Amino acid sequence: MADLATRTLPLSGFHGGSGAAALSVTAPATRISLRAKPDAVEALSGALGLSLPTKAKTSASANGRHVLWLGPDEWLVIDENEADLMAAVASSGVLHSATDISHRNTAILVRGRGAEVAINGGCPQDLSLAVFPVGACSRTVLAKAEIVLLRTAEDAFRVECWRSFAPYVSGLLNEAAEDAGN
Amino acid sequence: MLLIYCPYCEEERSELEFRQAGDAHIARPTNMTEMTDEDFEAFFFLRDNVKGLTFERWRHLNGCGRFFNAARDTVSDKFLTTYKAGLPRPDLSTLRPATEAIVETYEATESDAK
Repeated sequence: MADLATRTLPLSGFHGGSGAAALSVTAPATRISLRAKPDAVEALSGALGLSLPTKAKTSASANGRHVLWLGPDEWLVIDENEADLMAAVASSGVLHSATDISHRNTAILVRGRGAEVAINGGCPQDLSLAVFPVGACSRTVLAKAEIVLLRTAEDAFRVECWRSFAPYVSGLLNEAAEDAGN
Repeated sequence: MLLIYCPYCEEERSELEFRQAGDAHIARPTNMTEMTDEDFEAFFFLRDNVKGLTFERWRHLNGCGRFFNAARDTVSDKFLTTYKAGLPRPDLSTLRPATEAIVETYEATESDAK
């Protein structure tokens, strides 16, 4: 039998944080980086079953699938059920650019009343509910690493980072979560 | 921390998300192969490095990823305005008095303290 390469997940089994901000690693998901002109948005929305947000810092979510606005012509699509997103957007029939980045990224969930404080330990954005409401998303920085933030609940964030940065991001969040209290 | 208004994200973000990207409004010549070396040098290498008002390209690198233009004062580091790439230079005569009025000096903020 051929030796098949087994993929090791970054941060496999990772848990950390504190009582105020618990950290855990998400299950594997499929992700694509999607770029398209405004005239393709409607067809792509139909193909994905979610309307692509066109307003800054907004996202759309349904049934474990999230579409995050990253830029005026750029979206990050995440499917937690590991659906084939490349096939979905290919069926749209309109001009677009999609890159499968399922394994480039990994995500850390930050949950608890100190979640904002923990992320603000390295992220300069205003994460108060008035400015960064549930469903808000943004590409930003966590200290020296680039992250994509998605607020999934009032006290919960999904922090997407590149897998090679995962030890750095998780270590920094762990420190900041301890500072956020118990 | 310096806050920079991104015209695409339509809000102020921390300077940590941005990178400066050289001078703005430099027209790329269409006849590059016919240019003299001196003209090419002037277009490609020579920049003014002014003291005071300058127009620069900035990129919201760790944000929307877009390039935009900014009018900035190199002495005070103050951004007078930012505007989307491709737009002409804004009329700064309408902006300058407003920005000068908010300069916080000791005399302006503290001298009346009782």
